[in-house]
Amino acid sequence: MPERPLSPHLTVYKWTYAMTLSILHRLSGIALCLALIGLIVWLSAAAAGPAAYAAAMSVLASLPFKALIAIALLALCFHFANGLRHLAWDIGWGYERAQARRSAVLVVAAALLATVACVLLLFRAGAGGP
Amino acid sequence: MSLRTPLGRVLGYGAAHDGVTKWLQQRVTAIALAPLSVWLVLALLGLPTRDYAAVTAWIALGLHPVLLALIVLLALWHAWLGIEVVIEDYEARAGLRSLWLLLCAFALALLAASGIYAVLRIALRSGA
Repeated sequence: MPERPLSPHLTVYKWTYAMTLSILHRLSGIALCLALIGLIVWLSAAAAGPAAYAAAMSVLASLPFKALIAIALLALCFHFANGLRHLAWDIGWGYERAQARRSAVLVVAAALLATVACVLLLFRAGAGGP
Repeated sequence: MSLRTPLGRVLGYGAAHDGVTKWLQQRVTAIALAPLSVWLVLALLGLPTRDYAAVTAWIALGLHPVLLALIVLLALWHAWLGIEVVIEDYEARAGLRSLWLLLCAFALALLAASGIYAVLRIALRSGA
């Protein structure tokens, strides 16, 4: 490959909210890839029959997996909210610095609230399983 | 008429001219996944009970198998577009980059086939 110009490395920029949310969008996306594997394994267990499903649910009901499901819900809520922010930018809305900061705060607040609601639904009594 | 020689064109200079395709696919899958993911999460978390009978009956109900198959495919396609960019950004060594991309592509294809098969198996068994 021929020598090409390199863009300046990340370290030369002052760190901003926008950069934090940008890297969190990637991290939550990667977390959601793992959650998607979990969803498909869970579906496959349900397809395999009652015994396999019961085994899968007993694993999911353990504390570490409960925590992982909660983290996956947090990743989903954040990726969802920040994804809407990206779509808004795509149609040209919200590029002003003040607007981008406000939408960043809004995304984090909405993601946290939605996660709390999801986790309450997940851990509500009487549903069985995780 | 272009002044570029054919050799110049194939040496790796210039844009690939299909960059916007993946950008657009990422947006289209995102827009489709937005309502579908809300439905899936709220419906699954809101199931009255999570035992085998309740869950498989819900999966097989009405259009649910179609929507679930759609979610599996769209989510994996959206995931692939993201994974591809992450690998291309952080793996500078060309050989390893190709290896990671190949492994992830195979893994996602396997997940797509497994997901669709699982949904169909539950739907066809319960619906019959």
